[in-house]
Amino acid sequence: MLAVILAFVLGVEAQRRGYLNFASENPGDIYRLLIQHLQLVFYSASIAIALGLAIGIVLTRGFMRRYRETILNLLGICQTVPSLAVIAIAMTYLGIGRRTAIFALVVYSLLPIIRSTVAGIFQVDPALVDAGQGMGMTPRQVLFKVEIPNAMYIILTGIRTAVVINVGTAAMSFLVGGGGLGDLIFSGLAMVDAGLMLAGAVPTACLAILLNWSFERLEKRIISPGIPRGE
Amino acid sequence: MIELNHVTKIYPGASQPAVDSVSLTVPDGEICVFIGPSGCGKTTLMRLINRLIPLTSGSIAVDGHDVMGLDPIELRRQIGYAIQQVGLFPHMTVRDNIATVPKLLGWARAKIDERVDELLTLVKLDPKTFRDRYPRQLSGGQAQRIGVVRAMAADPPTMLMDEPFGAIDPINREVLQDEFLKIQEKLRKTVIFVTHDINEAIKMGQRIALLKEGRLIQTGLPDELLNRPVDEFVKSFVGADRVLKRLNLLKVKDAMMANPVHCLSDDSSEKVLEQMVKHDLAFLIVADRDQKLLGYVNQYDLRGHKGVVENLVRRLTLTVSPERNLKEALSQMLSYDLGILVAVDDENRIQGVLNSTTLCALVGSTYDERGGHWGRITAAGRIL
Repeated sequence: MLAVILAFVLGVEAQRRGYLNFASENPGDIYRLLIQHLQLVFYSASIAIALGLAIGIVLTRGFMRRYRETILNLLGICQTVPSLAVIAIAMTYLGIGRRTAIFALVVYSLLPIIRSTVAGIFQVDPALVDAGQGMGMTPRQVLFKVEIPNAMYIILTGIRTAVVINVGTAAMSFLVGGGGLGDLIFSGLAMVDAGLMLAGAVPTACLAILLNWSFERLEKRIISPGIPRGE
Repeated sequence: MIELNHVTKIYPGASQPAVDSVSLTVPDGEICVFIGPSGCGKTTLMRLINRLIPLTSGSIAVDGHDVMGLDPIELRRQIGYAIQQVGLFPHMTVRDNIATVPKLLGWARAKIDERVDELLTLVKLDPKTFRDRYPRQLSGGQAQRIGVVRAMAADPPTMLMDEPFGAIDPINREVLQDEFLKIQEKLRKTVIFVTHDINEAIKMGQRIALLKEGRLIQTGLPDELLNRPVDEFVKSFVGADRVLKRLNLLKVKDAMMANPVHCLSDDSSEKVLEQMVKHDLAFLIVADRDQKLLGYVNQYDLRGHKGVVENLVRRLTLTVSPERNLKEALSQMLSYDLGILVAVDDENRIQGVLNSTTLCALVGSTYDERGGHWGRITAAGRIL
C-alpha cells in the first residue's frame, strides 16, 4: 500500500520536473536496451552458475583437500578487484563488444557462486554423509541425494545474490560497447540529464527486484519443506 | 555370522594401532556388544566391518565371504547401519528415509511402500501419521526409532549399530532397548552393538567384547564378565557393584530353595512347633493340601496353643514368580523388610523360598570368621 502511494507521488513529481519526457518519447530505445541488458544478464548468469556449481562441487571433493585452501584464498583476493577494473582488464585483452562484457560479468559473478557452493556443501552435517555412505550409496549418490539437497538453501541464496548484483554490474557493459541499459545511465550522467539517467536506472532496478523475487519463489519450490529456512 | 581374524588398523603416522589384532566370532542371530572406554577402538572396529575404514591387516568375513573380496558398496547395502546421531536426511520424508536402501537395491515402489508401513507399525508409529512427516517434526525418540528401522529396511541379516540409543533420555532409551530386544527375538539378526554403557551392554548383549586401547581384553557372556573378570581392568570396568548387576541376569528360580520346609494347615500346633525347633526356624510357611500358599505361623503364636494351626496362620501377601529376576525380588524384600520371599506359580502353589542365605549362595561370597577365608555360603548355611 505504502509502496503504491510512494510510486504515485514520485511519478507525479517526476512528471512535473520533466523526468519522464525522454522515457515517453523513446520507448523503443528503452525496450531495445532492456532486451540487450536482459541478454547480458542471462548469458553471463547461466555460464557463471554452471561453471560456479561445477567448480564449487569439485573443490569440495576429497582429492582437492590439499589445494582447496590455496584456491579459495586466491578467489577471495580476486573478489576484491573492483568490477570496473575487471571490465577494463578484460577489454585490454578481448577488445570491445558484447563478448567482452559477458566475459567480465561471468568472472565477476563466478566467485561468489563458487564460494557459496563450497560453503553450502561444507555445512552439511557429516553424520548425514556418514549415514549415506554406510548404507551403501556411491560417492555420486551421496553428492546428489544427500549433500546437494541439503546445501541447496545456501547455494541458491548465493546464486540469487550474484545474479542480482550482476544486473547492476551489467550497466557497465556500456563502457566496453556491450550495450544494455547502462547506455542510458552513463549518457544521462555525462549530459546531466536526469530523465535519461532515470530511464536507464529505473528499469535496471526493477529488473533486479524482479529477479530477486523470482529466485525467492524458485527457492521455495526447489528446497524441500523438511529443511528449516533461515539457517 | 561375522568372523574377525587378527583384525588390525593402524592410522598412518600413529604410534599405536587403533585396533590391535582382534579376533572374535559372532554367531548367527546373536547380539554382540562392543564396549570399552573412550578411544578403545570399538567404533573403529565396527566400521572396519563394512569397510568405511580400510583394514590394515587381518581378515573379516561376513557370512563366510571375505569383505575385502566384495564390492564395498554392495557389502554396505547388505548390512544395516545405524549411528548415534541417527542421520535421518532432513530433506526427505520419513517414508523416503526408510526407503533409502530398498531404493538403492531397486525394489518395486509397491513393495517399498508396504515395507515402510510394516516397519512403522513395528515400532508403534502410525504409518498414516508418520509416513509423510519430515525429520524435524519428530521427537528424539521417534527419530531414533526411525533410524533403527531405516537400517532394517532391506531386511539385512547383519546389522551394525553405533550407540543407536545414545542420544536420548534414559526413560525413552529403556523403552527403545526393550522394543529392540522384542523385535530381535522375532527377527534374529546378527547384530554388532557398540556402546559405552555397561548396563546397556549387559542388557542387550548375548555376548560382550570388552576392548581397551585397541585390544580385546575379554569376550563372553555377560555373566562371565561379571562373575569371572579376567583382570583388574575388567573388574573395575564392569563396576564395583558387579554382584548387584548379576542380580539382573539371574532369575528367582536360580536362587530359590525348592521344596522348602513347610507345614499343612490341618497339622497340629505341637507337630508344627516340633518341626520348627528341629529346623531351628522362627516361622514356618503353611500350605493347603494342594501346595497352595496360605501364609505363615510363628513360634510365639504357637506356644500354648492347642489344635490345628489353621487359625493362627498370618497372611503372606507378597510373593514372587520364579521367572522374575533377582534384582526385583531383592528390591521387594528390602522395601517390605521381608526376611523371606516365597516363590509361587500362577495358581499360588509354592515353588520355592528365597532368603538372604540362598541369595548369597548363588550370587556372592561371604567371610568365614573362624575359618578366616572368603568362601561360598551354601543354601544350608555352611561356608565352603
